[in-house]
Amino acid sequence: VCIHRVRSCSSIRVIKSKYVCVFDKSALKFSHQQRLFRTSAVSCGQIVQFKLSDIGEGITEVTVKEWYIKEGDSVSQFDSICEVQSDKASVTITSRYDGIIRKLHYSIDDIAFVGKPLVDIEIDAAKGVASEEDVVETPPMSHEEHTHQEIKGHKTLATPAVRRLAMENNIKLSEVVGTGKDNRILKEDILNYLAKQTGAILPPSPKAEIVPPLPKSETVPAVPKDKARKIPVPVSRPIVFSGKDKTEPVTGFQKAMVKTMSAALKIPHFGYCDEIDLTQLVQLREELKPLAEIRGVKLSFMPFFIKAASLGLLQYPILNASLDENCQNVTYKASHNIGVAMDTEQGLIVPNVKNVQVCSVFDIASELNRLQSLGSAGQLGTSDLTGGTFTLSNIGTIGGTYAKPVILPPEVAIGALGKIQIVPRFNGKGEVFKAQIMNVSWSADHRIIDGATMARFSNLWKSYVENPASMLLDLK
Amino acid sequence: MVLQPSLKNCLRLSCILRTPKAGFRSTARGALIIQSVSNDVYQNLAVEDWIHDHMDLEKQQILFLWRNSPAVVIGRHQNPWQECNLRLLRQKNIKLARRRSGGGTVYHDLGNINLTFFTTRKKYERMENLKLVVKALKALRPQLDIHVTDRYDILLDRHYKISGTAAKLGGTSAYHHCTLLCNADKFALSSVLKSPYKGLKSNATPSVPASVKNLFEEDPSLTSEILLDAIAKEYATRHQIDHHITLINPADETLLPGINNKTKELQTWEWVYGKTPKFSVSTCLNMAYKDSVLDVKVNMDVKHGRIEVCNIDLPEQWLPPALYSELVKSLTGSKFCPNETTALATTLLRVCPQDDELHSRWNLLCENMIMLM
Repeated sequence: VCIHRVRSCSSIRVIKSKYVCVFDKSALKFSHQQRLFRTSAVSCGQIVQFKLSDIGEGITEVTVKEWYIKEGDSVSQFDSICEVQSDKASVTITSRYDGIIRKLHYSIDDIAFVGKPLVDIEIDAAKGVASEEDVVETPPMSHEEHTHQEIKGHKTLATPAVRRLAMENNIKLSEVVGTGKDNRILKEDILNYLAKQTGAILPPSPKAEIVPPLPKSETVPAVPKDKARKIPVPVSRPIVFSGKDKTEPVTGFQKAMVKTMSAALKIPHFGYCDEIDLTQLVQLREELKPLAEIRGVKLSFMPFFIKAASLGLLQYPILNASLDENCQNVTYKASHNIGVAMDTEQGLIVPNVKNVQVCSVFDIASELNRLQSLGSAGQLGTSDLTGGTFTLSNIGTIGGTYAKPVILPPEVAIGALGKIQIVPRFNGKGEVFKAQIMNVSWSADHRIIDGATMARFSNLWKSYVENPASMLLDLK
Repeated sequence: MVLQPSLKNCLRLSCILRTPKAGFRSTARGALIIQSVSNDVYQNLAVEDWIHDHMDLEKQQILFLWRNSPAVVIGRHQNPWQECNLRLLRQKNIKLARRRSGGGTVYHDLGNINLTFFTTRKKYERMENLKLVVKALKALRPQLDIHVTDRYDILLDRHYKISGTAAKLGGTSAYHHCTLLCNADKFALSSVLKSPYKGLKSNATPSVPASVKNLFEEDPSLTSEILLDAIAKEYATRHQIDHHITLINPADETLLPGINNKTKELQTWEWVYGKTPKFSVSTCLNMAYKDSVLDVKVNMDVKHGRIEVCNIDLPEQWLPPALYSELVKSLTGSKFCPNETTALATTLLRVCPQDDELHSRWNLLCENMIMLM
């Protein structure tokens, strides 16, 4: 029993002192004496004119810059009401009362006067009504909390800093026990509440102390007892989730994507997947990387994939085509403008490398570098983002093996490249070797492209990528 | 005193508060001098927020010293499009931050020092703070001709501004911060603080441009470190405390719980751009198309950084009406942001008829619109 108590006490002490060290009471802000809510002479629904208080430095007028509330909103004491500015000083005006905003005396950019009414607030109704609402809202409480229920009837007193801490942690102030003056909620109270919720420390309730006394026999080993003590007592309190749904309008780029993807849906997609052995390409890239670096270019696998795709498109130009709206005409595009899907802050954008058919692998690598740095800086131009004829998406850099990519109109095909994995494979002699395998998933427009074409293109692309030396034969 | 900016010197602010001040008996109740080890403008602004929100300044005033790598800082109620060359900022990778205090736009780099004086609202007194700075500078170099104006600027040689001021008041505490030009890049300063955007109409607080000069130009032996030290010394003397500067790391969540959230908030688009007071753009695009130049009138209302209303006066049938209305519909509600507009315009193009002529007109129009942002 003794060991257990000491351990639990010391652990609690350690945690408490850690909190105390950071949140020393002297460091906390206590509200200004003048701002304490007066509970005495207030009747039901009384409208109070909240006057603009002294700003200091002899200032008499300020400009109202932003309202944080509007008429009809309910406010609590210390909530921010508005932001005013005077001569390079920005001042946050906080409410002195709990209640409902009934009138704003100024609009944005109006001049407001110190000492004159700023807003009209209807003070809260009598205590009784308030407590009823509170009880309905709060979830069932466990035994330990019964003694604190009376607090629910009072308005929760807390400084703005404490309120913010509560808000950041999704805590209802009405559920926290305040240990400050007038049951004010202090920072330690929020932290203790949090600690309880996460089960970080076991509350020193009567139940925890009822532990069977140590048997006097020496044959009882200490280890199982320790184990027994380490088994956590399940917290019986129901989990409170106070999150709210958030609705936002679909605007800008997102809206455009909705339109594009809806159009893409009209394209009958078919998929074709395959496995690519990149062992030789990995080796080649290792050899060429330093050469590219000397020329100031970072060489990844993409330039090889892109060039191989272009060589394949020379043999199967229908994959680099476009079908018009009425499906009347197919336009075979002369340029291979191969798009590379990029994940940015906005979402998915697809800049393209122009005229890959006349670019060397190095040219492509260099262009990719340029597009990537512009992309991460958010500075891609319209010409970089338009005119694409075929797209490759290297989703493997994030993860995944097989995918089902969606064709980006007005194109007719797209390829998604999975991640490279080292797996065992058999070679020609029947021996097992380490292979670097990547999966590719193609999608194509089944209105003008058939499975056989896609398969042949994929095989050709695969042969170039698996045996990079073969690209030399067909390079123009 | 030479400063050793090592993290070993970082003490918990709380421990400093709890340690009794040995030997001093002062009515001023003590003060604390802290300096940031970071040059990130958002982290440093977050420290200001944190101290303002969480520390009781009744018992102890604070002087916070900080410097930033190149950044433009606009006042709480300002319009970044009106105040600086956003295109140039993006190109040169100069950060844009919106602070919580009022006032005008400033350019920060490591040649500029920032001083923040934290007090209770009762003790908020900007003139006194600036006089302290002047006193410190004069003690260092008596020959300097510097004085404080009634606009709370510090002028060198009666003419050149070397310091600007701003302040924030809220709840029970207040802070007054000011800049001090030691050896900043004046060329960068003047080029980024010149807005190329025309036709903007807004009630946002305008900046008052001024000729500036670096203290370094007056006396090449002055460095940021020397100036910081001199000011700290004067502050220490005024508040009768040790001339000791405590280093703090603005990324330290244990020392400053919740600071990383504050830092993140200051970097959000919603804060930096979205807090711009409502404004309108009324201008004319001169689009060179084929052999002629088209004059296209554009009118937009921007609220919370988003396009509320958009009117583009194109010649009839220059773009198919359906396409034009699609563009306007997409722009409405969209961020007034070149990135967003580029992404939006190029994505929409995918579902337009595949006509080269049409595409080049569309791109031309969109590029011109993007230039406004």
